[in-house]
Order: sequence, then structure tokens, then C-alpha cells
Amino acid sequence: MRLDDEEAATSCRLPISNSEIVKLAHGSGGKLSSSLIESVFLPLLGNDVLNKQDDAADIQIGDLKIAITTDSYVVSPIFFPGGDIGSLAVHGTVNDLTMRGAKPLFLAATFIIEEGFPIADLHRVADSFAQACRSSDVSLLAADTKVVGRGAADKIFVTTTGIGIIACDPVPASDRARAGDVIIVSGDLGLHGMAVMASREGLDLETQIRSDSAPLNKLVLPILQMGYIPRCMRDITRGGLATVLNEIAKSSSVGMLIEENAIPVDPQVSAVCELLGLDPLYVACEGRFVAIMDASCSDQFLATMKGFPQGAQARVIGRVVEEAPGRVVLKSTIGGRRILDKLAGDQLPRIC
Amino acid sequence: MKYQAEFRDRQLAEQLSLQIKKAITRPWKIMEVCGGQTHTILQFGLEDLLPSELELLHGPGCPVCVTPVSLIDKAIEIAKTADVIFTSYGDMLRVPGSSCDLLQARALGADVRIVYSPLDAVELAKKYPSKRIVFFAVGFETTAPANAMSVHLADKLGLTNYFVLCSHVTVPPVMSSLLEQPDNIVQAFLGPGHVCSIMGVEEYREICQRYKVPIVISGFEPIDILEAILMALLQLERGECRLENQYARAVVTAGNLHAQQVMSEVFSLSERIWRGLGPIPESGYRLAEKYREFDAQNEFPEVISERAESCICISGEILRGLKKPPQCPAFAKECTPETPLGATMVSSEGTCANYYKFKNTQIN
Ligand code: SF4
Repeated sequence: MRLDDEEAATSCRLPISNSEIVKLAHGSGGKLSSSLIESVFLPLLGNDVLNKQDDAADIQIGDLKIAITTDSYVVSPIFFPGGDIGSLAVHGTVNDLTMRGAKPLFLAATFIIEEGFPIADLHRVADSFAQACRSSDVSLLAADTKVVGRGAADKIFVTTTGIGIIACDPVPASDRARAGDVIIVSGDLGLHGMAVMASREGLDLETQIRSDSAPLNKLVLPILQMGYIPRCMRDITRGGLATVLNEIAKSSSVGMLIEENAIPVDPQVSAVCELLGLDPLYVACEGRFVAIMDASCSDQFLATMKGFPQGAQARVIGRVVEEAPGRVVLKSTIGGRRILDKLAGDQLPRIC
Repeated sequence: MKYQAEFRDRQLAEQLSLQIKKAITRPWKIMEVCGGQTHTILQFGLEDLLPSELELLHGPGCPVCVTPVSLIDKAIEIAKTADVIFTSYGDMLRVPGSSCDLLQARALGADVRIVYSPLDAVELAKKYPSKRIVFFAVGFETTAPANAMSVHLADKLGLTNYFVLCSHVTVPPVMSSLLEQPDNIVQAFLGPGHVCSIMGVEEYREICQRYKVPIVISGFEPIDILEAILMALLQLERGECRLENQYARAVVTAGNLHAQQVMSEVFSLSERIWRGLGPIPESGYRLAEKYREFDAQNEFPEVISERAESCICISGEILRGLKKPPQCPAFAKECTPETPLGATMVSSEGTCANYYKFKNTQIN
């Protein structure tokens, strides 16, 4: 078949991603999310602190070192086994602060409510928000409520902003991983994402999968106080373990070698993932984190963590290497190697 | 899931790897037919366990990849029609047509919905009698029974607003066609386990005999594939060409007779154009004359001509095992899963997408 010039030009186009509208996949935490941040927000809003894209920013005010972060919660359904949008909005922000070695203290919150939302449900959400604040040792100091017309929001969206005081030095950060470091996860993966998915899709499972949504400060802060300070901590949320590891590898310009057999995945989660063709390494958690630890004290760190109920399942899953900076390589269950990349879009929409 | 773990066991894998290394005495090229098998091979880094003399060729067994561009263009045209709800499996939505994909058509206002089963599309047809519901029936013999069932059901319910855009392809003709190419390099096949669980194995025995080529019907877990490779290799080394069934836990000789019956009632064999490979006689299904009124080709008769492929895309040679994705100048540069230039980059079973996802660089 002969191509005339015009046909050749159109058939070698760069398609699709150049279409100038936001797609759902732009919110997945995967590559499209990054491209949105890098092409739209950072050029216009970026500065030295924001550009680091850590879980929370760290800033010095007088003698105080402070961490600040903000996050919006649009999970659907708003009530799911193991939690709801109220508790999630507290835990998510508390965890982001904790990952920078900060003690979370104060929250501000915005509730955007869709017309027609039952007051009884609002009560439930607010009550669970309050309980989560108590169990996470944080106080809500400022709040705002907005109501929008039917269809302008889906039931209720919550935004929380959190402030905490950083008590450890050096401050854990995504760009501090070094070759030779040990990679540790704090518990089994995938519970939150699968709990939300199962309740949204009405999956009839033999036993219920419950979200792992929980505040991490109760586990992490005591360990930091004992002097075990990871080089980097990241909570595993949207995009799952694979996404977090890729972000650290990129920020620190290091490679990572992960042992698939060592990754703890809840057996129910792996069964359902298998059934639905999902990869648990991309499924969200809301109460698990990755720590990158200097090899010289990683054994003590791990042993200490295992002493806490929340860290009982902590495992070493791999190490940081010099080769292939920015890349995560997985040694599969059978021993072959492959790249563990970020996904372009999402496996499951709206889990946080 | 303990059952599944056994098929991903490192010790077993190492034993099989050792047996393969012991058995091989010279270079061989074995093609796995199914996209699902390709996915497993790359996902588990299975080639790391094979001796360098043994090359795996990744075959044409991804139905999304081989769907011609003209049919995707046609699907998009139909989807844009005002009273149409266009339904499809998720994978088809991102396959680029000549000017856009179904996802983009949806973003611009077309009513395009993902369904998990064609029976969901029939439900839509019941629910929206004033709309025309079109289902994009893509796939090998594995999805054909459910798709046939949906037409059968729509007929029984007396629905006049359910249509199927049929792009079914069948495996044995494309295997024969590959073997008949003068530049064929395939020396043995791992056969399509899921397809055989429906269709049985007899068609494959014929291919073994006609072309003197070993075929081992294989499962989809890493241990299945390693075992099937060992079986095929032993045949090659001994100069045999038999049909063997590694996937006996799912495949019986006759296949699923009930499914075959529904399929032969609703479909009839027809020539199909395979993207990258061209037309192959009797290599797919269309709706039988009796069910013509459910055929979207009949309801939406506008003809869309086949457009030229992207000028750099070599997916045709990739589908035939002649080249590997890194040999394409666009691979991982202009062509990525976010900006696919050819269909083998789009589907999760496509060879280019699998290479991109699992094998983009090496590390020691
Ligand atoms: S990398 Fe892209 S352009 Fe190259 S052969 Fe594969 S699909 Fe075609």
C-alpha cells in the first residue's frame, strides 16, 4: 500500500495523550497523575519545597521545624468495611505528616456536601471523624462546610490539612535513599483498596476484607524516639507499593531490587486480585508504609517494629542498588526478573 | 489459593529450568500462541530461567492486537451515533483507530460503556428499548460462547435493539498461516490452553501432522509454561512432532461440547483480516444468516476502508515472531502504553506493552 504524504503524517501522529481534557486516569496516582502535576501545576506553582513532592512539606519557623500537608478524600462508597470517608480523611493526613517524622497535632477540614445527602449519614461521618481525631491524638482547629447542587459532588468530599512538629533529625525524605539501604514494609498489602472495591462492586466474598485504615503515628513515633530514623518513609496509598517505590527510586536516583516472595500480601486480597486480574502491588493501603533504612541498623529497626501489633507483619522486601537509577526491579516468585513500573492509569478508581 | 502458589513455586521452577538446560543440545525457537502466556512469561521473568539457545517467540494470540484498524474506526463511528449505547470489554477502549480511540470518543460525548459480559449488554438493551445497544464482540474461541449466548438470548427475548459488531478470530488457521509463510521460523508451539478447553484438541493434532511441528497445549502459570517448554523441547530434540497436553487439568480432548453447540448455532466461519498479518481464510466468525438482524455490520452498513498503519510500527513482524519490540525504532520512545502507535502496545496481552512494562531495562 502506498502512502501519500498526508496519510503518512496522520498515521505517525502522537495520539491520545495530547487530547486536552482531564481524564479519570489523571487522578490515579500513576504516570498520568505525575504528568499532570509536572506539566500544569509545578511550572506555575512550583517552588523549592513543593517541587520535592514529598508526603508533607517540612519548613523551619523560628526554632520550630514544622510539617504541613493537605489531601482530599473522594472515596466511593463513603462507608466501607473497616472505615469510612471521615476516618480516612483523618488517617490519611495524619500518616502523611508521620512519614516526615512529624508528630501530628492539628487539622483543618472542609466538607463539601451534595444536596440531598442524608443528615444521618453526615452524622455518621462526623462522628467517625471525631473518633479518628481522638485515637490519632490530633485536634480539629478550623473547618468549613459547603453544599453544592445535586450531581456537583458525589455525596460528600472531605479535604483535610494537617500540621505537625518534626522531632527527628535528619528528616526522612524521598530523596535520601542510598545504595545498600534496606527496604521494609510495615504489614500486608492491599486491604484498603480491595475492601473499597469489594463493597462498591458488591462482590460476594466468603469472608469480608476490611480496610487497614489506621493512624501510623502510634507505631512510627515511638520507634523514631528510640533513635531509629529511616532515611525515607512513605505511606502506601493510591497506586500501591509499586508506585511508592518508583517515586522513591526516582527522587533518590537509585535502583531497587525487590523480592516478590518476601512481599506480604493478605491471602484474601491475593485471591480476589487473581480472580479479577489485578496486581496487589498496585492496590492501595491506608495503614501501611515503606521505610528505607540504613543497613547498619535495619535489623534493630525491624525487630522494634515487630514489637508493636501494627508492625507485627513487617518484612524486609528488598534493597536499594546503584544499578538502573530510577527503576524498580522485581525478582518474581519463580526467580526471574522484571521491571516493576508505575501504571499509566489506575486499576481501581477512587479508593481514597 | 495454595493451589495457585504451587504453580509459582521457585524450587519447582528451578528444577524444570535445570531439566531444560540439560536437555537442550542446539538452538530452538518455540512460539507461545496466547497473549496470556506472553504476559506470564514477561511478568515472571521466565526467560531468565531458560538457556540462551532457547528462544521464545511471542505469537499473535492477543485478539485486541489483531483487530483491524478499519473495524475500530467502524466501532467509533457507530459509537458516535446519537441513539447508540456502545458496549465493549475495557481493553478495546484504548486501542487507537486511525484518528482517535473509543475512550476519546466517550470523552467527546459518545455513550461508550465497559461491560464485563455481553449479557450485561443484553440487560442494557432490555432497559433502554429506545436505544440501540451495540456490543463489540472481540476475542478468540474463549469469549465466543458467551457472545453467542447473548445473541441467542436477545433472540429469545425478542429484542430488536441489540447488535453485535463481530470481530471473532480463531487460533488454528493463524497457526497454519504462520507455518506456511516462506520466512517462518517457528519450530514448535505452546498451544492455547483456554481455547482448547472450549474447542478440544483435535484441530491441533491435524496441524502437528500436516506441518510436522510439535504442539504442547499449555496452561498459563509459570510452572505450566516451563513444563510445556520442556515437553516441546524433548520432542524437538528427539525429532518428534506430536500433540501433547500439559494443561490436562482444564483441557479434555473433546472440549466443551455445549459451548461448541451454541457457537455453531449462532456463528458461521468467515475470512478475517488480522491486523499486521492480512486476510486469512476461514479464520474467524461472523453471525450466521439466521441471526443477520443482530449483526451490527448489517444495521450500520457504512463501509470504512482499511487505513495505512503507522509508518514505523512493525507489529506485523512482531506478531509473527520475526522481530522483538526493542527492534522497533519507536519502542519506548514515541510509542508507549500512554501513546500507543500500534495495537501490540495497547492491550495488556500485547507483546510491545508487555516488553514495555516488564522488560524495559536490565539490572544485575
Ligand atoms: S513499539 Fe509501537 S510502533 Fe513499535 S511495533 Fe510495537 S506497537 Fe508498533
